[in-house]
Amino acid sequence: MSNSHQPYSFVVSKEDWSLHRKGYQDQQRHQQKVKDVIKQNLPDLITEENIIMSDGKQIIKVPIRSLDEYRFVYNYQKQKHVGQGNGDSQVGDVIGRDPSASQKPGKGEKAGDQPGHDIVEAEVSIEELEDMLFAELELPDLKQKDKDLIETHTVVFNDIRKKGMQSNIDKKRTILENLRRNATTGTPGIHHISPDDLRYKTWEDKIIPQSNAVIIAMMDTSGSMGSFEKYCARSFFFWMTRFLRRQYEKVEIVFLAHHTEAKEVTEEEFFTRGESGGTICSSVYMKALDIIDRRYPPSSYNIYPFHFSDGDNLTSDNERCVKLIGELMKRSNMFGYGEVNQYNRSSTLMSAYRHIKMDQFMYYVIKEKGEVYKALRSFFQKREGGSVR
Amino acid sequence: MTDEIRDLEYAIAEIMEIANGFGLDYYPMRYEICPSDIIYTFGAYGMPTRFSHWSFGKTFHKMKMQYDFGLSKIYELVINSNPCYAFLLDGNSLIQNKLIVAHVLAHCDFFKNNARFSKSNRNMVESMAATADRISNYEMEYGTEAVEAFIDAVIAIQEHVDPQLIKPRHLDKQRYMEMKMREQRGEKAPRPEGHYDDLWSLDDVQAEEAPTEGIQVHHFPPEPEKDVMWFIQEFSEVLTDWQRDIMSMMREEMLYFWPQMETKIMNEGWASYWHQRIIRELDLNSEDTIEFAKLNSSVVQPSKQSLNPYYLGLKIFEDIERRWDNPTREEQERWGRKPGQGRAKMFEVREFDSDTSFIRNYMTKQLTEDLDLYVFEKKGPDWKITDKSWENIRDQLVFSRVNGGSPYLVVQDADYLRTGELVLKHQYEGIELDLKYMERTLPYLYRLWGRTVHVETRVEDKPIWFTYDGKKHHRKFL
Repeated sequence: MSNSHQPYSFVVSKEDWSLHRKGYQDQQRHQQKVKDVIKQNLPDLITEENIIMSDGKQIIKVPIRSLDEYRFVYNYQKQKHVGQGNGDSQVGDVIGRDPSASQKPGKGEKAGDQPGHDIVEAEVSIEELEDMLFAELELPDLKQKDKDLIETHTVVFNDIRKKGMQSNIDKKRTILENLRRNATTGTPGIHHISPDDLRYKTWEDKIIPQSNAVIIAMMDTSGSMGSFEKYCARSFFFWMTRFLRRQYEKVEIVFLAHHTEAKEVTEEEFFTRGESGGTICSSVYMKALDIIDRRYPPSSYNIYPFHFSDGDNLTSDNERCVKLIGELMKRSNMFGYGEVNQYNRSSTLMSAYRHIKMDQFMYYVIKEKGEVYKALRSFFQKREGGSVR
Repeated sequence: MTDEIRDLEYAIAEIMEIANGFGLDYYPMRYEICPSDIIYTFGAYGMPTRFSHWSFGKTFHKMKMQYDFGLSKIYELVINSNPCYAFLLDGNSLIQNKLIVAHVLAHCDFFKNNARFSKSNRNMVESMAATADRISNYEMEYGTEAVEAFIDAVIAIQEHVDPQLIKPRHLDKQRYMEMKMREQRGEKAPRPEGHYDDLWSLDDVQAEEAPTEGIQVHHFPPEPEKDVMWFIQEFSEVLTDWQRDIMSMMREEMLYFWPQMETKIMNEGWASYWHQRIIRELDLNSEDTIEFAKLNSSVVQPSKQSLNPYYLGLKIFEDIERRWDNPTREEQERWGRKPGQGRAKMFEVREFDSDTSFIRNYMTKQLTEDLDLYVFEKKGPDWKITDKSWENIRDQLVFSRVNGGSPYLVVQDADYLRTGELVLKHQYEGIELDLKYMERTLPYLYRLWGRTVHVETRVEDKPIWFTYDGKKHHRKFL
């Protein structure tokens, strides 16, 4: 059959493959691409409902469509397939059910593929998203607070020494030392622990200036604020809180809801409760001033009042609002006004605020979900020359 | 360690002897023992020396994860080459390796003897290494991103080659056009000069008139072209030399893998059949017998809702053996089938068939019942069994293997309305394309062709055109 002179020869070998890293390299490249896609989709991702409604700790799955390898394929859903039963299959038997009735792209590539889909999903922890998002944000110019007044002491174990207190002995390192010494003397193993092996943890006193921040989250809950408006506000506050938590040791958040009058509410109420009636924004600013004066002395707190509204204010109230904002800004690091204005109406509030010319005052009009990201960037944009923390 | 290898060598020698006795015919074998991540790398790339691309990394990651979670395991990988390389997973027990060695020998026999593989480049290991080298040089010269983005686009259409064995594959643009023009004028192609060339002129009927003289090619290509990869590589006006080079190399790789896609069921069935037969000849103790049975059953076990190609192929081959060993009286009388021809018939099938003909010719009513096969489709949210008639099962199976399971597209027109736009036509056979996938594939096609691209297909049995002009998608029913 074969015409070679050594027809059925064979060789068995076992080589060192440790330098063959191609699979891992390309895997890394793929992960890099996934990350890039996430970054590109950041504006959409950060307003994903399962993030905003989450406790902020979980890992979320992000469908990555653009990393699918698109080709001409049959529509798996509309195709007939051949399967195999246990010997008693009947026409009409249900063998599977689509978990989601929605149409998702499927692949009908192989005979006998499982009814299922290959959607690329990347797992991202919220922390990773934060890293990507916050890399682009920075706190605006801050007034230096009296940090010296509020200091805390902490103890940090950060060094290892050969001498120390018996109670601070570092067992793991001690054993490692012992192993190492025994190995060099040719009797490997853990035995004969000598004083020379002992290692102790030592500490350092650290003085950490304590920094506090408080967000005064104000929202219009009048009848004109629908679920979309509230959702945008909620997404914004979600990320803002997390951002400030990175900057400050302690971040408190006060929720103030208002229509014609303002009151302090719980987070739950803040985002869910809808009320009817007109809008008088000055009410909430008064309330905010009151709370700041009573609970958050500006000398020890970095204060961030943020107000979300649809811009529909009682016209006669506008002037008062502008004045009160001036008051608030004296006490605050910055004042943010976010207007959720889906249909690009002309808003009464905005027409008044447009004339406020102060660096601390910032506003942004959000027209769609993706702009929550832009609003964040606009409020906390990186400025040239850096800023004071 | 060396003991292990010595034991393995001893076992291989014994297995080869048995295999030779059965008449298996294979290339010289190179068995290489390697760790799991290497096996999975090769599994993802299809070849140890293949070029780098993130999509392989993605597959590798997925496969490796399944291995790490204990969900699936690759025990071996075999490469269609001469000599034939087979990679064994480090940590396989000796008896596992015996099964695998036997299995791999049968694969190699199949590669060497099946007609579909007759044009295979048996030096593909080296060719792919050279390709990988060239691509990485292009990356250095033109930038990783540019090369990668180009490969992304090529991958999107890489299945669309023409794997015919009898067609001249390596025509260049000019010769192709000359040939097609001649064909259109009704002339015969000049035959290659050979020793018996003059014989042809004997039956050449030069009766054709000359009105074809002035005819221009109105249609380009003159005939629909199945090899989309080749066509774009030759005729696209926007590709640079390095891009054409990459395309032609990737096309070669696709043509190399194609026969494996076309014979998956047969090839696995054949290998499973032989590892069982060969191991039966070995003198195993009870422990080894049990371990063998375990691994064997995990390889060929039928799985619910899907078809295990190992199992299906094995059953068909066993059925062929049975039917040709013990033909019925009718078969003996009508077709003169003599008893005891089972093996001979199997060897014949392994030489001449591919999955489509294998199933079409040898799937029987009895077999579909024994295996309890059925046709299922989606009805509302449910996947339901809709058919159990054996002809439909057989035809459905055949259909799923046609063109390697990919939709059949041809270049219909490459100068649509004299604008140089490209029209691909899907040869619709009752199954719609995945429209979402298609709309996302079109931009890749556009990137390769450089002008507006159209795909003609059918949706709800009505002809429809999908168009991408570089910015926007359009669709219109005709």
